[in-house]
Amino acid sequence: MIKINGEEKHFDSPTTVSDYIKDAGFKTERIVVELNRNILPKSEYDNTVLKDGDTVEIVSFVGGG
Amino acid sequence: MRVRVNGEYLDTNVDSIWKLRDECGYPSENTVVIKNGYQTSEDVELTEGDIVSFIKKGVMPDEKQLAELMRARHTPGVYDAVKDARVVIAGLGGLGSNIAIMLARMGVGHLHLIDFDTVDASNLNRQQYYIRHLGMYKTDAMKELLGEINPFIEVATDCVKITEENVLSLVENADVVCEAFDNPAAKAMLTEAVLTRTDKVLVAGSGMAGIDSSNTIKTKKVMNRFYMCGDGVTGAGDGIGLMAPRVTVCAAHEANMIIRIICGMENV
Repeated sequence: MIKINGEEKHFDSPTTVSDYIKDAGFKTERIVVELNRNILPKSEYDNTVLKDGDTVEIVSFVGGG
Repeated sequence: MRVRVNGEYLDTNVDSIWKLRDECGYPSENTVVIKNGYQTSEDVELTEGDIVSFIKKGVMPDEKQLAELMRARHTPGVYDAVKDARVVIAGLGGLGSNIAIMLARMGVGHLHLIDFDTVDASNLNRQQYYIRHLGMYKTDAMKELLGEINPFIEVATDCVKITEENVLSLVENADVVCEAFDNPAAKAMLTEAVLTRTDKVLVAGSGMAGIDSSNTIKTKKVMNRFYMCGDGVTGAGDGIGLMAPRVTVCAAHEANMIIRIICGMENV
């Protein structure tokens, strides 16, 4: 079981952080990904496969300031 | 008894604040009296250890006097915590201009302001600039304004765009980094850079457009070293403007969290 933004997710095939971000409709340049309490650099999204027990928080920024 | 008056210890035999004011030579008219952080307009009893400030209205204090006034006016301990603190403010728009002014009023001793833009007339609906600043770099305009609020704090400026290449050198001396950009990609870039490549604490803002309830704007601790203020969802866009009240509410959330972090409070 993988927890993403508080929701339990199951994936039938190996899914990278990049795959999930694309499928869920996030814009990569506007987000910060926290994987198991550490920020995952964008350079790692493509080769980080989500695995059982992972907790992911995707923080998405909106414009304005 | 021994009391503290305008930063100096004083031995006195008088037993009331009015008598002390007279003894110290301050006129009964046009003198503001602050006792233990609280302004009083009535005579009150003087007790051992009281901390008292007498302030002549309309007179610019020197550095030591102003420091003592802030020490007297803030909650005890706060001024002494912030006076040596170093904060980087990344972006001087609606968030950053308000945050810079609040931190200067608090007496945060070292502010480092970073922005590449100039002041234009569309900024005046929410940013802390004046007509006279139109066309000036925001770094220069804000440095001028902060000098009019507290000329004794150190204000460094960099008129540059923050990138992945220069971000580390720009934040290296900071205790706390304040994200105050407008652009969401810039917000994400700075956040990721600070949290993965430094050991600094980051306070960011996201979601303060429109005129929804003020009460949806919150401060959240996302994770260790990462705080986020705003409603999280209301971005500026077609049909949703950025306006002074909610942007200022969010700025105040960021500023207060920065002060709390400097004072050693890690929870929101």
